[in-house]
Amino acid sequence: MNVLPIIFYFFAAVAIIAAFMVVTFKNPVHGVLSLVLAFFAMSGIWILLDAEFLALILVLVYVGAVMTLFLFVVMMLNIDWAGKREGFVRYLPFAAVIVLMMVAIIITVIGPKQFGLTHVPTPAVMPADYSNTVDLGSVLYTNYAYPFEVAGTILLAAIIAAIILSHHAPKNRKVQIISKQIDIKRDQFVRLVDLPSEKKNPAANGGQP
Amino acid sequence: MISLSQFLIVAAILFGLGVAGLIVNRKNIISLLMSVELILLAVNTNFIAFSHFQGNNAGQVFVFFILTVAAAEAAIGLAIMVVLFRKTHTIEVQNLDNLKG
Repeated sequence: MNVLPIIFYFFAAVAIIAAFMVVTFKNPVHGVLSLVLAFFAMSGIWILLDAEFLALILVLVYVGAVMTLFLFVVMMLNIDWAGKREGFVRYLPFAAVIVLMMVAIIITVIGPKQFGLTHVPTPAVMPADYSNTVDLGSVLYTNYAYPFEVAGTILLAAIIAAIILSHHAPKNRKVQIISKQIDIKRDQFVRLVDLPSEKKNPAANGGQP
Repeated sequence: MISLSQFLIVAAILFGLGVAGLIVNRKNIISLLMSVELILLAVNTNFIAFSHFQGNNAGQVFVFFILTVAAAEAAIGLAIMVVLFRKTHTIEVQNLDNLKG
């Protein structure tokens, strides 16, 4: 009894149901959470395809960072979502027809007649000491070193752009301005006052010295 | 065993659902971005399936770069959306016609 097809069908069903819920959500927070569920299910399918590193990257980076960012933005923006769906019913038959035709064409092209097990056999099972991470890293840092650096630069540009776009300075910030501190004159802060000296009056304190 | 076409069919259905989301939820930008994420997930699954069945890990490297660029795109897109909402108090697509192009 082979359990791999059962796992595959389970994850595929979960992913497709979750993707359907992403498209038809009413509450956007539910939409983002369904997308997270779809990512989890697809990462399971990626593990079935021997891509452990990318599956874990999908869960850690995508679910952990990008989807959390989505969730924060959806919750922060405080939008009235109730009136935002008026085009939904109007475009639904149009979308259904187009998408059904498109998926039918794609499935005709990629069906079992072209990519079934007889045409593309299952590859040999990897040995027990095979590491997908080592395999990927050994080409990523040698053959693909230049695209890797470019990807890092893109991420740096994205960080700077996102911070500059969304950061706005507070209005009454208490900061130290060094040039103003150095530039002060003595007259601005020091005022000499002439106080008249008072006469000593021995009679006032009862004859004591 | 699971054949290549089964993986590709799952990815094709996810891709179709993403395109349907683009058509149906054309009102607000957040759902558009989420549909784009679904489409990217389907494309990445195609890459990984072919990479596994061909015994060639170039597809997985490609998925790595797609994930990088998609993360950058999501970060900048959401930042633009936050700035836009702060200025105009709406993120509906048909109201964003300030450029008069």
